[in-house]
Amino acid sequence: MIPTIGLEVHVQLNSKTKIFCGCQVKFGAAPNAQVCPVCLGLPGVLPVLNREVFRLGLRAVLALGGKPSELIKFDRKNYYYPDLPKGYQISQYDQPLGRGGEVEIELEGRAKKVRLNRLHLEEDAGKLIHDQSPDSSLVDLNRAGTPLAEIVSEPDLDSSEEVHAYLTALKSILRSIGVSDCDMEKGQLRCDANVSVRRTSSDPLGKRVEIKNLNSFRSVKVAVEHEIERQTTAVEKGESIRQETRLWDDTKQRTVAMRSKEEAHDYRYFPEPDLVPFRVTADEIDRERAALPELPKAAKERFIRDHGLTPYDAGQLTQDRSISLFFEATNQILQNPKVTANWITGPVFAYLGANNLSIEETRLTPLLLAGTAGLVQQGVVSLQVAKEKIFPEVAEKGRDPIEVLKEKGLEQVSDESALDVWIAEVIRSNEKVVADFKSGKETAAMFLVGQVMKKSAGKANPGKVQERMRKRLAELP
Amino acid sequence: MSELDLRHIAKLARLRLSDDELKVFEGQVAGILGFVDQLQKLDVQGVEPTSHPLDLANVFRDDVPRPSLAIEPFLKHAPRAKGRFFEVPKVIEDKA
Amino acid sequence: MDLSRKTAWELAELCGRNTCTPEEAVESVARAVAARDKDVRAYIAFDPKAARRSGKKGRLHGVPVAIKDNICVEGQEATCASRILKGYVAPYDATVTRRLLDEGATILGRTNMDEFAFGSSCETSCYGPTLNPRADRKRVPGGSSGGSAAAVADHTAVAALGSDTGGSIRQPAAFCGIVGIKPTYGRVSRYGLVAFASSLDQIGPLTKDVRDSALILGAIAGYDPLDSTSADVPVPDYSGFLGKGVKGLRLGVPKEYFQEGLNPEVERSVRDAIKTLESLGATVTEVSLPHTRYAVAVYYIVAPSEASSNLARFDGVRFGFRDKEAPTLLEMYERSRGSGFGAEAKRRIILGTYALSSGYYDAYYLKAMKARTLIKRDFDEAFKKVDALVTPTAPGTAFRPGEKSKDPLEMYLSDIYTISANLAGVPAISVPCGVSADGLPIGLQFVAKPFDEGTLFRAAHAFEQATDFHKKLGNTGS
Repeated sequence: MIPTIGLEVHVQLNSKTKIFCGCQVKFGAAPNAQVCPVCLGLPGVLPVLNREVFRLGLRAVLALGGKPSELIKFDRKNYYYPDLPKGYQISQYDQPLGRGGEVEIELEGRAKKVRLNRLHLEEDAGKLIHDQSPDSSLVDLNRAGTPLAEIVSEPDLDSSEEVHAYLTALKSILRSIGVSDCDMEKGQLRCDANVSVRRTSSDPLGKRVEIKNLNSFRSVKVAVEHEIERQTTAVEKGESIRQETRLWDDTKQRTVAMRSKEEAHDYRYFPEPDLVPFRVTADEIDRERAALPELPKAAKERFIRDHGLTPYDAGQLTQDRSISLFFEATNQILQNPKVTANWITGPVFAYLGANNLSIEETRLTPLLLAGTAGLVQQGVVSLQVAKEKIFPEVAEKGRDPIEVLKEKGLEQVSDESALDVWIAEVIRSNEKVVADFKSGKETAAMFLVGQVMKKSAGKANPGKVQERMRKRLAELP
Repeated sequence: MSELDLRHIAKLARLRLSDDELKVFEGQVAGILGFVDQLQKLDVQGVEPTSHPLDLANVFRDDVPRPSLAIEPFLKHAPRAKGRFFEVPKVIEDKA
Repeated sequence: MDLSRKTAWELAELCGRNTCTPEEAVESVARAVAARDKDVRAYIAFDPKAARRSGKKGRLHGVPVAIKDNICVEGQEATCASRILKGYVAPYDATVTRRLLDEGATILGRTNMDEFAFGSSCETSCYGPTLNPRADRKRVPGGSSGGSAAAVADHTAVAALGSDTGGSIRQPAAFCGIVGIKPTYGRVSRYGLVAFASSLDQIGPLTKDVRDSALILGAIAGYDPLDSTSADVPVPDYSGFLGKGVKGLRLGVPKEYFQEGLNPEVERSVRDAIKTLESLGATVTEVSLPHTRYAVAVYYIVAPSEASSNLARFDGVRFGFRDKEAPTLLEMYERSRGSGFGAEAKRRIILGTYALSSGYYDAYYLKAMKARTLIKRDFDEAFKKVDALVTPTAPGTAFRPGEKSKDPLEMYLSDIYTISANLAGVPAISVPCGVSADGLPIGLQFVAKPFDEGTLFRAAHAFEQATDFHKKLGNTGS
């Protein structure tokens, strides 16, 4: 069975205020604290388009390789729901901000271009809360009027892995151009998936099922997998697939049909009379395009070329623009791309992941990281000590690595006379192991080196210990 | 517009109409639609639609915050409120 | 001196010279309301204690202005004469409200209207009808700004604001024998006007004479950053167009406006008026607005369509009337709207929903929008040859309540002379030009190019000064 998947992604744009009014869009505000007559949809109010929202949307269209429409207009999408104050959503129907474009993904070394159908601007609805009371639902309109860009892909995705790669790449691009932070946990990115299956690629596309209520990249992947399986099983049994909307149930880990009978929606789209049309000149487009920061794909290629990094490392470092900037700043000081890359993809990523932080949210700076790595480069401290004992202090508290080194007395011992003392002691207490080495067991030497490290509480310079140990062992009868 | 259509339209518009209203409106609305149907005779080939009588374009506002509305006094006049929320009968299924 | 019988211009002058105070002006109007409004019922709410004034001494210093019930005044109920908004207190001022206050006016009283501005007779108000103070006081005042027009005619308001979507300022002005102007679309901000048809609505003043009309329009007009459809065009000094006379002014008489359905008395008055204008030096030619006969059909698709969407926000969720017994969300919507809206409102919502619905959009709404382009072009063509058009404002005079409510279509057809100006977005003014045998005022309409309200004031003022109908009708001269 061949699956076909298309994704509709809604991203919250990074403006200071809402799309049609001057209310702020800060995450975590008290209910109904960020509302005004306009976004409340009170009688007599009118929308006015936020210039920054338009610019961010345009930037996204260009970064995604799309083409801005010549005449851009807004339309009303009419339906009733308590989180939709006006009884219509201001969106775009037939003349969206941009059409076309593509997102390149890479899976198992193979690159694939996922085509985009369109990108349009619209206002978000408010939020409903259902769990406070059995008989009622509560309405919070803080989110109403938040600016969204809806990005619709063509049904070019063939697997859940591709879906995950697409979302990751899309997020990476949008973050790199400062258009959206795409943090699904903060509700800045939402995704609906359209899934269908067919037996062979020459068959027409199967009936498509829309999956909603996906809250993380992972649940998108799992839900798509599950839905493909569900449809495959059904088709193989000879059952027909109903074109419908299904909700992903994260607790039950499956899609469920909606309980309410689905009326075909008649949104009665018509041009928004309260907003005028918008035109972008070719000059403006060229200027915006020229002002685009380096996109992840270009950055990756450049890192491979100029820094000699592996494609894997380059990919890891360029997925997020703030990381690539951090890398370049650190490398500027360290002048060693491979070492810098290892530090970032290793300890830094682990730290960020464990604490669920972005690099901007830590106290780590390129200078501090370079300082820490530099201590290892200069042989002042071993890599292990730097990672385990210095880095955490630096990352968490922003402390100077040299200060930490001194305070904890972590200087690596490289002095040969000092090392020889330890080596002699270890050899003396491990006669059997020495004999094993002498009879040909290579690994015995490593054990002895490890014992010296232990004796020195990790402070001995491991490279130097190895060198001196081998020399001493060779001198023994 | 048959009575069936009228019920459908009333549903789309979230209007409860009594049986009497349905009967009266059916005739009146049919009459009005019959009247506006004369537009079908008009040749509009190649004519662009007018959604705005003025030829305005590109009206924006700056991305500058403006004061919000104090919600507590407003909620006092809301049909039903709970704390800082508007309250409505239970929504059965959230389409998210 | 009865201040309530003064014009706005006169009152502003008197207050400016400290001959009277803004408070005295309010008191005088209050006395008039107490004496006469119970028969006319122009006001939904009239409370001198709730009057608002900024204390500034602008062009409207001390002038009390009545506000139609669909224009927001912070802290006052704005119900649009509908049950579904009973008790709704506006938490913000409309831009026009702020501008009046900035010019020193006193905001006083809320006037009756057809529910949500759907109507031409003020009969669909949930508060009951307003009556025309002229003749036997048993006629409709016109609509939807019927309360505003009646109050100005009855001197229970010095001036008033109304709104015009298909003639709702001009037609009641004609029926009540006063002056009413619908500005160019985009001339006056719509922020704070409860929307009926967004691409047609405009706010305008209803006044006792043309000078007042120019004064108040000058105060409320101008670009508003809160309204994307307001034009960034400078506001001229409209008073500068008064007294210029009509010598050399080219007037056009559209032949389609003088066909069947026009009351003979009205036609005679209007033709006499045209002769008067000629004698004053204007040149008069016949023009054609060939798509006139489609105007009512286009309007009754476009306006209800936009209205059906604009009225979706009245759902009982956040404000206004809610049927609290409704057990489910769906029933809450259906019952609240079903009993909150009156019959005409429901009819228009149904019409509009239908015209926009799947399968019908192309044949109705899209087609109407294209026809609208042709109607607009008619005006563009006409204005290449003439400076302004002269027409009757309405095909008849004020009728009796109930006379036209049996068939909604009959009511709609009487909007024929005013509707096209809204579709084309052009400005138009109505001034009194005669009185029928049974004492009912007749209105004369001038229509001009976009943003050429100056020509309207010029022509209307010249006609007014030459014929003195404003004095004969008792609007001024007290």
